[in-house]
Amino acid sequence: MNDVERALKRAGSRTNGVPERATRRLVDSAADHGLLDVAYTSLDTPVGEVMVASTQRGLVRISFGASLYRDHFVEDLSWRVSPRILEAPSYFDCVRRELDEYFEGKRTEFELPLDWSLTGGFGRRVLKRTARIPYGETSTYREMATAAGNVRAVRAAGNALGANPLPLVVPCHRVLRTGGALGGYGGGPEVKEFLLKLEGAL
Amino acid sequence: MSVAIPPFQVFLQEHRDHVYRFLVASVGPQEAEDCFQETLISALRAYPRLRANSNLRGWVLTIAQRKAIDAGRSNSRRPTPLADPPERGVEANDAELDAELWTAVRELPPKQRAAVALRFINDLEHQEIGKVIGCSEQAARRNVHEGLETLREVWKQ
Repeated sequence: MNDVERALKRAGSRTNGVPERATRRLVDSAADHGLLDVAYTSLDTPVGEVMVASTQRGLVRISFGASLYRDHFVEDLSWRVSPRILEAPSYFDCVRRELDEYFEGKRTEFELPLDWSLTGGFGRRVLKRTARIPYGETSTYREMATAAGNVRAVRAAGNALGANPLPLVVPCHRVLRTGGALGGYGGGPEVKEFLLKLEGAL
Repeated sequence: MSVAIPPFQVFLQEHRDHVYRFLVASVGPQEAEDCFQETLISALRAYPRLRANSNLRGWVLTIAQRKAIDAGRSNSRRPTPLADPPERGVEANDAELDAELWTAVRELPPKQRAAVALRFINDLEHQEIGKVIGCSEQAARRNVHEGLETLREVWKQ
């Protein structure tokens, strides 16, 4: 290796990586070109860090346990929605505000546009019905199954609620077992209890 | 389940510094950022059509190389912009030396310029350099060699 080669290597290693502002500009530019199919970020809430993702249609995914499942969250959306997915914290001001207001007890209904594309068929009917359960009230898996058109599909309704891609905003925490037991929850039963107490339903 | 291409965010984190450094060498620090944006937007546009087992680094550097050539063309019609003011202190010398070197690299013919940058900035093997700039491994080796010869002449002065 001679002087020029060494100088090139040295100059290359001294060149900084891409500046942070360039990455931010890329996200904006991608959105302007209609190429940002999925944006995501993590948000701090009283029930821990949650991951949130939006498409151009609306909020598509909320997930508890951000630190544990961050990579999986991004890969799953890349696979199921679009690989054109970028971290874009500044695109979630509305989501952040509505969630903050909800956890402060000042908001009883979300006004965020939703993208239902991660749901389908019977499951989507169950979740759309669940979205109409008012703040502070509860329902049961059996009622949801019946409302979605199949009184015997209680287990399928439970599965649909367990796979709810939009917890908190589609309030699957308001659905309890017949007889009053809390039943399961993606964020853990203690989160379900916390939310029901927050809403005054427990 | 077949292997999927990684999420664009993961691809970006892995390759953005490579792309940026290549562009600083190829078009200079002033043009590098615009070229970077254009490269990544083109990549994002084509991304969902990529095959899962693609060589992503080679692919994005190929795009960057084309953008660098385009920038060079439109630049030659414009007056040369003023250089960055030298940085302060001990680093000033290094920064000045680097700037001189990049200027010399940018005056090489496009293929030699890309080949030298890919070899010494991005650490690519000759075979991969050939793929990125669209020539054989031998031709890539020749481009690196000839580029270095020219730089050596400039460097002596």
